[in-house]
Amino acid sequence: MLSLSNWVDLLLHFSMLSLFSVGGPMGLIPDIHRYLITEHHWISNSQFTDSVVIAQASPGPNILFLALLGWNMALQTGNYGLALAGGMACLFAYVVPSSILFYFTANWVEKNKDSLLVKAFKAGMSPIVVALLIASGVVLATANGKGHDDWSLWAVVGLTVLIVVRTKIPMLLLLFIGGCIGALGVFS
Amino acid sequence: MAFTEEMVVEKKRWLTKTEFLEEWAVAQTMPGAPVMNLSIMIGSRHFGVNGALAGLTGVLILPLILVFILVGTFAYFGRDPHLVGALEGMGAVSAGLLIATGVKLIKPLRANPLGHPLCLLLGTACFSLIALAHYPLATVLLALGPLACGIVYWKFILISRGK
Repeated sequence: MLSLSNWVDLLLHFSMLSLFSVGGPMGLIPDIHRYLITEHHWISNSQFTDSVVIAQASPGPNILFLALLGWNMALQTGNYGLALAGGMACLFAYVVPSSILFYFTANWVEKNKDSLLVKAFKAGMSPIVVALLIASGVVLATANGKGHDDWSLWAVVGLTVLIVVRTKIPMLLLLFIGGCIGALGVFS
Repeated sequence: MAFTEEMVVEKKRWLTKTEFLEEWAVAQTMPGAPVMNLSIMIGSRHFGVNGALAGLTGVLILPLILVFILVGTFAYFGRDPHLVGALEGMGAVSAGLLIATGVKLIKPLRANPLGHPLCLLLGTACFSLIALAHYPLATVLLALGPLACGIVYWKFILISRGK
């Protein structure tokens, strides 16, 4: 169980990571894993993996896995209220620093939107971030599955892409259908 | 991410696809989750700090409730194979949603000052480095970003001199 000073250390650690997490928090996973499990034994490996998988499978920002880590660590007290507080605290520790930094960045970019440098930055980064999105999807598909040769998994991924690009079927419905297909044991 | 694009571009039409892509480029290259950054950007442009806070809260609150429900279900039922399968299914669909959003954003690249061949080259390089060679995202951004932006900047300078 974590003491209060452990929590302070933990939240400070997340706040610091927040400012170093370019491109989102998934790149931080190895570091957080090392900090929480190898160094401090604050959470079990399966709890860690479950948190990451749940956050990735759901449609929101992936950083929500920090809230789940906090939830799991605080739940060791057996109190659900504390668990919720722990989850929120971890999330806030990460969200606040990068958000403040970005608030000022966004204002600066907006003020200088007609400068050549800002225009060149936006145009230059565009093809890269498009490729990044597609690559993230591919990485996510292989992350918790059994790898590249799982044809049923890729069939679902491919069908989803086709449906989203071609039709107006709500994405939440697709997510729900995907969950049902998985529950029937298609991927096992 | 997929939901943000659908809402901001296709339903509310706050931004065109090209604008969305450009804002996304900025949101992605700064620290913090890109979706959060994007909502801060859109919120603060129209309503200052309050708008940024509202955007941030809005983009976090529903998914947060959803993951807490999921983790609660997991804690309650244990590691049931149906639940694990359901998560895998949702993960596959989430992956598809990300790829689909990327595919939808290819179209606005047509007007990109880099031109088609360079866009294709940079995109392919970025995709291969991340999805196939598994390089960390920050490394890839640092390697390809300055190169791409440098080329665009150089083109802008050439155009302005040409006038």
